[in-house]
Amino acid sequence: MAKKVEFLQGNEAAAHGAIYAGCNFFGGYPITPSTEVSEVLSIELPKIGGKFIQMEDEIGAMAACLGASLTGAKVLTSTSGPGLSLKQELIGYGCIAEIPCVVYNVMRGGPSTGMPTGPSQSDVMCAKWGTHGDHATIALMPASVQECYDMTAEAFSLAEKYRMPVHVLPDEIVAHMRERIEFREPGEIEITPRKAPTVPPEQYKPYDTSFGDVPPLADFGSGYRYHVTGLNKMQDGFPTTKAEVVQAEEERQVRKVDANIDDIVKFEEYMLEDADVVVVAYGSTSRSARYAVNVAREQGVKAGMFRIKTFWPFPDKQIKALAAKVKGFVIPEMNLGMCSIELERCAQGKVPVLGIFRVDGEPINPDQIVEKIKEVK
Amino acid sequence: MAFDYEKYLRPGKLPHIWCPGCGHGIVMKGLIRAMDTLKLDMKNTAIVSGIGCASRLPGYIDCCTLHTAHGRAAAFATGVKMAKPEMNVILCGGDGDGTAIGGNHFIHACRRNIDMTYIIMNNYIYGMTGGQFSPCTPTGHKASTTPYGNPDPNFDIAKLAIGAGATFVARGTAFHANQIDKLIAEAIQHKGFSVVEILDDCPTTYGRRNKYKSVIEMMNRLKEVAVPVKAAEKMTAEQLQGKVLTGVLYKDDSKSDYTTEYAKIIERAQAKK
Repeated sequence: MAKKVEFLQGNEAAAHGAIYAGCNFFGGYPITPSTEVSEVLSIELPKIGGKFIQMEDEIGAMAACLGASLTGAKVLTSTSGPGLSLKQELIGYGCIAEIPCVVYNVMRGGPSTGMPTGPSQSDVMCAKWGTHGDHATIALMPASVQECYDMTAEAFSLAEKYRMPVHVLPDEIVAHMRERIEFREPGEIEITPRKAPTVPPEQYKPYDTSFGDVPPLADFGSGYRYHVTGLNKMQDGFPTTKAEVVQAEEERQVRKVDANIDDIVKFEEYMLEDADVVVVAYGSTSRSARYAVNVAREQGVKAGMFRIKTFWPFPDKQIKALAAKVKGFVIPEMNLGMCSIELERCAQGKVPVLGIFRVDGEPINPDQIVEKIKEVK
Repeated sequence: MAFDYEKYLRPGKLPHIWCPGCGHGIVMKGLIRAMDTLKLDMKNTAIVSGIGCASRLPGYIDCCTLHTAHGRAAAFATGVKMAKPEMNVILCGGDGDGTAIGGNHFIHACRRNIDMTYIIMNNYIYGMTGGQFSPCTPTGHKASTTPYGNPDPNFDIAKLAIGAGATFVARGTAFHANQIDKLIAEAIQHKGFSVVEILDDCPTTYGRRNKYKSVIEMMNRLKEVAVPVKAAEKMTAEQLQGKVLTGVLYKDDSKSDYTTEYAKIIERAQAKK
């Protein structure tokens, strides 16, 4: 049978990717430029018996998602910059209480109201450091409409597998452009279910590390009675201030991602085999970068592209390996140098990191990148 | 035979965190008796709270308990109830948690008429943080942040709930302990959003700043100001001056609750498919 093919916008594709992954609960609040996600899901979710709720504010939307997730629902919220700022309180709750959820955040200009309809890539640090306290972060960077679909679906699996909030971070260009996309067949993208408890209710502990760094999570209302709190907690879910317990639990919550970086991190290598200059790019900017690499090659410069598909955890290992063999990095991004900080950290001063930073709401065009590639000596 | 509270409590979690003389324990006992009266299935019951002294209540009760972030109980609970409408969802918390930082979630839960019961323990103060004034601290009274007297007017929680669309609103006091379980049981049985405000006391951070010499004096005040709605019908406006009505203040069985309405949305969407 021929695959279902449609001509869709990134946001619409993301909504369908969520349904593919088994999303059955959406809690949201209207915000430009992400509202198409909620509009599509308000149509699609009730058709499959799922629930759609528009909450009173961004915080409420995040809260409703976390509450629903505890009953076993697969939950999604969508937002944009100012909404991401508001959601940070409960993204932190999701981190410490270890509740799976997907946060689809369309990046627009900021800070504050900024440019609601202007594209940006300036939430990459907010996704990582926005909520207070130490915590692991996973953030995926779609660069096409197809990837809005695929990565949103994959985000659900990562959220369940690592029992935590997972970000999908399209920039406004990717979120609003239209492309041909293929709907995936069952099995084409791996869907990881939540790890359910194997012990009877009387033995169940919601943070039982004897099952590994990601303990099984029971559904509310399934016979298991347990306690969830945003306080530092013991394995049985009850609060504690015992120093050694808090230290161990905090370290575990970061380790569950850090120890699995190779499983989580995805990237694309384009013409890197013999490259002297590597353009590191993500999201819509990578589309200009690919074009620029082709132009530079035509002009005799050995350029290549490393495309970041997983921004968090950052692909340290790959960037460090490249830093040891290339002449320099070029990083075009629609912010004032956020990824650049990470590149410089990984490059450790071995090679220059040249940035092209735009926050004027205009995309970075290939000519700018070609020029910068030529600056690397 | 004395009522057996222990079968509803989590073993090993007592003593509770509340100060001597605090009324929250009286409310918790009332809730447990109400759950017992209704024979609630504890496996299928969630108690959701925010932050503060009153929000520590769920941890002691042996069901699905969710101690959320400050003010967010109603929003988390809405997610639980929407995703699993067959669960009994009970919320609890204090006046600051519910009507200041959580005020928006509170009025919208009322408006949706989602079938949950919210027990608000109103002790007129932020107790856990040391006695700062809340939206329910009476004007002129002292708190740690109103050293010259509170300049703010205060909320009437029951009126706020009725105005926002809650379809069952009751008020009791920590003094009238035997009425609490009856009010809560009736609230849980009501199909729709129900609010039970319990006037409570905080001798530690409110009483001592406002010239209450003892817990007994605070409890006696609750006894004196409370007037059952029935009795109030026969009283003059003058007689009701300074009094607070107790009992079931508002009940409307004519309105459909939110998850029932959403089930109809699902039916409509599936018929169209």
